[in-house]
Amino acid sequence: MYVAVKGGEAAIANAHRLLADRRRGDRSVPALRLDQIVEQLGLAVDRAMGEGSLYDRELAALALLQARGDLIEAIFLVRAYRTTLPRFGYSEPIDTGAMKIERRISATFKDLPGGQMLGPTFDYTHRLLDPSIVGEDAEVPAVREGDEEQAPRVTDLLGRQGLIEPDGELPEGHEVGDLTREPLDFPLNRDLRLQALARGDEGFLLALGYSTQRGYGRTHPFVGEIRIGEVEVEFDIPELGFAVSLGRVRVTECQMVNQFKGSAEIPPQFTRGYGLVFGQAERKAMAMSLVDRALRAKEFGEDITAPAQDEEFVISHSDNVQATGFVEHLKLPHYVDFQAELDLIRRMRAEFEGKQEAAE
Amino acid sequence: MTSEISPEQRARKRALDVLAAAPAKALAERWAAFGEQPQHQRIRGPETGLVMIRGRAGGGGAPFNLGEASVSLASVRIVTGEVGHGYCLGRDLDKAEAIAVIDALRQRDAGRVDAEIIAPLEALAAKADTKKRDEVAATRVDFVTMVRGDN
Repeated sequence: MYVAVKGGEAAIANAHRLLADRRRGDRSVPALRLDQIVEQLGLAVDRAMGEGSLYDRELAALALLQARGDLIEAIFLVRAYRTTLPRFGYSEPIDTGAMKIERRISATFKDLPGGQMLGPTFDYTHRLLDPSIVGEDAEVPAVREGDEEQAPRVTDLLGRQGLIEPDGELPEGHEVGDLTREPLDFPLNRDLRLQALARGDEGFLLALGYSTQRGYGRTHPFVGEIRIGEVEVEFDIPELGFAVSLGRVRVTECQMVNQFKGSAEIPPQFTRGYGLVFGQAERKAMAMSLVDRALRAKEFGEDITAPAQDEEFVISHSDNVQATGFVEHLKLPHYVDFQAELDLIRRMRAEFEGKQEAAE
Repeated sequence: MTSEISPEQRARKRALDVLAAAPAKALAERWAAFGEQPQHQRIRGPETGLVMIRGRAGGGGAPFNLGEASVSLASVRIVTGEVGHGYCLGRDLDKAEAIAVIDALRQRDAGRVDAEIIAPLEALAAKADTKKRDEVAATRVDFVTMVRGDN
């Protein structure tokens, strides 16, 4: 017999109304505007945008506001929104070598063509809470005349001397994988792994990257370079027959330089991990590059002994929208399932008690 | 493919690049100041959709899909028959349509459009870029090597 349980409509409607009230909070406090969120909570916006896998800062700000600042809920909202839009196509690959640099550092070379630029960083701050920023206008930034000197990627400098492996090609004719179009089929090529990692959960990737540093799949990393800035997005316009720029997006790139590898044919050289993320998201880009390198273990003939090296484990659990969906569904009514379990355990206990009585 | 385009196409691309990058407000101001706003017929859009942005492994290696961006597009035909296309990041349909009309108009009068809309917007963008560059340059590290001993 199946009994459908109905009810709860009024409770749900009122719960959502209460949510809207609590989201707004004390009415004597001014309501937040999206431009305030975009401008003043920029890194939260960038994270919602990066893991939501949709570059649109204003939308990410709306998602954050609607989610009351719950980042994973905001990411979920952004992901849901993207499914409502048609896909116009794929851009030309962005050229991070031509980035308008806002920050660029290297832990491997002191003197770099183009220089080391700290940019707007938390590094070297004292991490002391500063009540004076509340309601205050900030100082205007210092300026110093910059030059037009190009800032080549650090890995290109090393690459020219053959001391480091190349950027990472896939076989000729390889079609770029897209996990938003095709279900994942393990083992993956690196392109699909990079796509999954770029939208993966920062906390999860941070923990995995950290685990490799602590010895679970050690890769001896150095930050070859981190760069943050804007790049052009070129898109091929079918009606025109050539590509035009759609505008610029801000991205963070991390080039991790790792322990040597060589073989009978190839002399010893540094290996690499790569991180590329929407917005200003340095921690995420660094974690991504550590995990990218760890996941290349098989390619380098390394023993797979640690979680960070296990492709199926890492990629299957890196998406926080999938993860939250499956974890949070546990709170939804499971009355019928649970009733079946109850029946089963009652029967088992009856059998158990029957056997006990027979034994006495 | 961009390397094979003709000088006319290159000039059209430059104009479209500048228009797409322009802040909506600055673009609207230049467009309003231009005076002539031809009537036009919509061929496609304006509509918002997604473009999947690609990166490259290691920066220059095999392409991969980094994530999508919202993009608005429009195609229009102005009264004199020229067809224009507008594409820009974001969900601003008015901006996409304005770009398309300007692109169409530019085929009739490139000199005036370039002088009154494209060049000023380009100058504005260059100014903003220089300001940002100089602010970033102020955070450039000048390493000092300390030499010890000998004296």
